[in-house]
Amino acid sequence: MTAYVIRRLWQMIPTLAGVILLIFFLFNWVGGDPAQVLAGKISNPEQIANIRKQLGVDQPYWYQLWVFVQQVFTFDFGRSWSTNEEVSRILLTRVGPTLTIMVPVLLLETTLAVLFAIMVAYVRGSLTDRAIMVICTTAMSISFLVYIIVGQWLFGFILGWFPVQGWSESYWRNLTNYAPLPIMLAIFVGLAPQLRLFRSFFLEEINQDYVRTARAKGLPEKKVMLKHVLRNALIPILTNVGIHLPGVFVGSFLLEVFFSIPGLGREIVTAVNRSDFPVIKAVTVYLAMLTMIVNLLVDVTYKLVDPRVSFK
Amino acid sequence: MSSVVSNYSLPAPQESPGLWTLAWRRLLGDRVGLVCLAIVATYLAMMMASWAGLVARDWNKEKGVSYANPAFLAGAENLEAREVTNRDFASKAKPVDLSDIDPLAPRYKEWEERAAKIAVTEVKRSETLPFGGDKWGRDVLEKAVKGSEVSIFVGLTAALFATMIGTVLGAMAGYWGGKVNDFLEWFYNIFTSIPYILLILAFAAVFKRGLDTIIVILALTGWTGIYRLVRAEYIKHCGREYVKAAQAIGASHLSRMFVHILPNASHVILVQLSQHVVSFIKAEVILSFLGLGVPVDMVSWGTMLAEAQNELVIGKWWQLFAAGASMAILVTAFSMLTDSLRDALDPKLK
Repeated sequence: MTAYVIRRLWQMIPTLAGVILLIFFLFNWVGGDPAQVLAGKISNPEQIANIRKQLGVDQPYWYQLWVFVQQVFTFDFGRSWSTNEEVSRILLTRVGPTLTIMVPVLLLETTLAVLFAIMVAYVRGSLTDRAIMVICTTAMSISFLVYIIVGQWLFGFILGWFPVQGWSESYWRNLTNYAPLPIMLAIFVGLAPQLRLFRSFFLEEINQDYVRTARAKGLPEKKVMLKHVLRNALIPILTNVGIHLPGVFVGSFLLEVFFSIPGLGREIVTAVNRSDFPVIKAVTVYLAMLTMIVNLLVDVTYKLVDPRVSFK
Repeated sequence: MSSVVSNYSLPAPQESPGLWTLAWRRLLGDRVGLVCLAIVATYLAMMMASWAGLVARDWNKEKGVSYANPAFLAGAENLEAREVTNRDFASKAKPVDLSDIDPLAPRYKEWEERAAKIAVTEVKRSETLPFGGDKWGRDVLEKAVKGSEVSIFVGLTAALFATMIGTVLGAMAGYWGGKVNDFLEWFYNIFTSIPYILLILAFAAVFKRGLDTIIVILALTGWTGIYRLVRAEYIKHCGREYVKAAQAIGASHLSRMFVHILPNASHVILVQLSQHVVSFIKAEVILSFLGLGVPVDMVSWGTMLAEAQNELVIGKWWQLFAAGASMAILVTAFSMLTDSLRDALDPKLK
């Protein structure tokens, strides 16, 4: 087990190096001269040279790459090009609101999807099952944008159940006042595809021999479904949740933009619009690291869920 | 010797139907799949017609009053439009007479004469449009048709490019194995370790805005899933007899990769292509909404939704409905068609 974890960590090094190279290539090479963007329309060559010097883009590429590597490992990306705020501070202050929205979303969505999926899978082939599947397919085809626009308008503006948008300093006020509507919309949108997927996982297990055996020896249906089928279907479900986990930190940037939640997702969109490269670079590198670690954690939890899994 | 053989009169060999013939037959038997195919074909035809300028050519003309009602709501009150008309009326009222203090007063007459020479054509704006109008009185229905052109075009081309990248890289990794495989796997790991949305936004940050950019971004970020599946197919097929036989008769590496193995993996690629069209159409709508997609002088479903957000507050729902519904119908039909395609091509699954 320890050997496995160490080997996996060791294998991350080339991938991380690749991520750093890719981001460096994108922002320091393809991105062109940031001084031109920052100096604006009225600028003279002297000003541009000054800005270039300030940003360090007048240095040779190998030196810039070295600076970037140092930045990654010292957590010091300097200051934002547009607001002059420290990048590390931006990241730390923006993670909170994003997690306030996304952690409840992930928990509720997964629980609801598993519950509904096991119910639908139990009555597979029936009219209920088919009706729910048709509803899911239709719900999935409507753009997330339409859900947000209509949801915000209906629940915030017309019915007035929730504030249309906003955020406050107090955590509880956020969670009880501003977060419910975005959380609800995110679950509403995310539920349909998850439900469809999890249903297929359950269906695969329901047709297995061990289910027939369990029924044959007279176990009640509840026990068959919740103990035997659910446990065996947990592996693919876990993988699926693991895939979604890193996305939790980016949050749903659309929700954050619409509800003016000061989270990471909105920060990235703003940074993209302002060509604020340090912010995007920092977020991308750290989220890539996080994704790799989450993947490792998911693989380790397989062992907890299924003792048959062995690490080679 | 040969004359002896030809003396036997063999019955003409019955040609057994190939994969595609069989798949087509299965698809023909699938009623839902056929309906979806028809819907998708209609959208494609509409897109081509719009591209050729047969329909929705003057989507940008302001034909109706501001926020013109849809034809089926002809009687409903339209406060916004009335406000605009009132404003026009007010501007035509006689201005305050300043001729005794204005030093330019002696030239009033000259100006009036010159102004009279310029022909002003009053465009009669209609009160209603077939499916309502937007803020500038443009026909929402024509906008939706024109918008489909951009959205479907982006989805199709980006999916084609992504599939091409994924197929070529996957074929190389699966066929050559070894060092090539290691290198490409490394490349794949880099792209998949960055959350997909973040990858798109990072690419969008460094490229300029435009239709071609959005296609490039989606293609460069979306190839990973296809790569993985194609690679698996190639690993499976590489050791099979028919590939060995091709090697024995002297087929080159390239020929074995793309003439012999590719047709056997093509059903996987086709299903993937179709899935990616759907997800790229959705992605284009969101990117355009954020202002990272199509330029302002073009219309796509995403820019329509961006406008619709403010319209909904004053009760003008038709633009939201037109864009949302035309996208939803296409996406539903396309994803159900993908399911039918998969069933038709691989009857073992289901």
